[in-house]
Amino acid sequence: MSNIYVIVEHFKGQVEDITFEMMGKAKELGDVTAVLIGAKDLASQLGGASKIICVDDPSLNNFNPEAYCKSVDAVVAAGSPDMVLVGNTSMGMDIAAGLSVSQNMPLVAYATEISSGSVVSQLYGGKMNVESSVSGACVVSVLAGSFPADAGRSDGSPVVEDMAAPDLSGLSVKFRKLIEPEGGDVDITAQEVLVSAGRGIQNEDNVPMVEELAAKLGGAVSCSRPIVDNKWLGKTRQVGKSGLKVKPKLYLALGISGAPEHIEGMKDAELIIACNTDPNAPIFEYAHYGCTADLFDLIPALSGKM
Amino acid sequence: MNIVVPIKQVPDLVEELEIDGSGKDLNREWLKNKVNEFDDHALEEALLYKEANGGTVTAIALDSDDIEKALFAAAAKGADKVVKVTGDFGGAVSSHTAAKALADAIQSIGFDIVMTGVQAVDDRDGQIAGLLAGHLGAANVNVVTSVEKDADGLVIHKEYSGGVVAEFETSTPVVLGIQAAKETPRYVPVAKIRKASRGLTIDEIAASGSADAGSEVSRMFKPEGGAGAEMLGDDAEAAATKIMEILTSKGIK
Repeated sequence: MSNIYVIVEHFKGQVEDITFEMMGKAKELGDVTAVLIGAKDLASQLGGASKIICVDDPSLNNFNPEAYCKSVDAVVAAGSPDMVLVGNTSMGMDIAAGLSVSQNMPLVAYATEISSGSVVSQLYGGKMNVESSVSGACVVSVLAGSFPADAGRSDGSPVVEDMAAPDLSGLSVKFRKLIEPEGGDVDITAQEVLVSAGRGIQNEDNVPMVEELAAKLGGAVSCSRPIVDNKWLGKTRQVGKSGLKVKPKLYLALGISGAPEHIEGMKDAELIIACNTDPNAPIFEYAHYGCTADLFDLIPALSGKM
Repeated sequence: MNIVVPIKQVPDLVEELEIDGSGKDLNREWLKNKVNEFDDHALEEALLYKEANGGTVTAIALDSDDIEKALFAAAAKGADKVVKVTGDFGGAVSSHTAAKALADAIQSIGFDIVMTGVQAVDDRDGQIAGLLAGHLGAANVNVVTSVEKDADGLVIHKEYSGGVVAEFETSTPVVLGIQAAKETPRYVPVAKIRKASRGLTIDEIAASGSADAGSEVSRMFKPEGGAGAEMLGDDAEAAATKIMEILTSKGIK
């Protein structure tokens, strides 16, 4: 039976959903060992595993890319997993690729489906899937939202094995602090209507037009990542993986192509209407209604009817 | 500080993507490429760092179609040096292959900080920054949104979900996967790129070692997706009318 290691992702004393997603999938594939770096007290939440390997040390209390990498490396080197599952997340990205090099194991990223010897990755902004064949032990980084988290939650009593932390003296990287998002702005997670702007709005001068439409609909403006990276709207308005998860009654997506990172943040909205001139935009797979009109024609047309 | 910025070209997703005859790769014949947008942010953050604190910025890329243009553009934006790694890098190059070739070249140039895009639309076998760090024996932090100089080294911001940011300090050498620069990446007009290209030499380094992905693409296919949207057409006026009907029926407007 395959020996699958799942690297547990935790933040602020909580095991993140991606961990349960991976554990659920791993159970289908073999015998699950959860690798818990720091936060040993969270072992009680990992009943879905048959074994838990804990590495704990004061320097692991907060996520530190370098310290976590070294610890995961030590655990994987000491065992002989057939597969190591890591979240394709902010924390997981600091672990998976380095592990691939240090342990000389192939890595397949952006995984949405995994079976023995084959992994499907979602690439090209969600426009293409690519199936890879892998022989031998490998690292797979998993896109959040690919598997049901509930399948990885259960009340088993796994064997807990403590492992000494590797030498963590002289680290280059030191954790300083967490910076919470600024308050004061509209809380987009509390809005019933969101009019969301994407790359298709082309430039900053077009933001007010979207704001005006949102106001007429009694909602607020949100956006996809490129809009925030370009500083056209603040971080508090960003929907998606590195932004906020929203579930409004109406999510009107204007000029958003629907990259997986964005979909993760809005797919549970009650009603999704998308406008994008590209009929193949992945957003249309998740929207309830779509139109391929030019959004600069659609916005005034909608405004005119209110 | 010597800052090295690996950049690469990726398919422009604005264009429709087609699968080639092998069923394992994109049809690259008519593919329009552009510089990976995260690499653009990495270059911008590197230039901002240099402008504030001094140092040099070297843009480096594997040889591929149109890569000269991308390197000239980097020079026009302010990179001090541009380097092309020569070797067989046609078609789809795996991240593992690219990382090994880049790491050897970067090692030979020397570096304090590597800043590159946090990810690319086609890095099937892993993000390049982590692989580079592995080969270079340097620490690695990804999803970085700010790099500042500090008395003892660097202060970097790394983004988590929900808009929470972690602040780290780090010494060099370090490899950073940049999510977004502090400023919008600067734009250079074509005329300026053309001007920069005159008299500019692209240094060439031949790729030495090699590495492969350890996995092979067996199939490429378009996602089937969920139920899919009910399409309301491409006429704005007609679509707007239908949308208003839908909103009214749902009691939203």
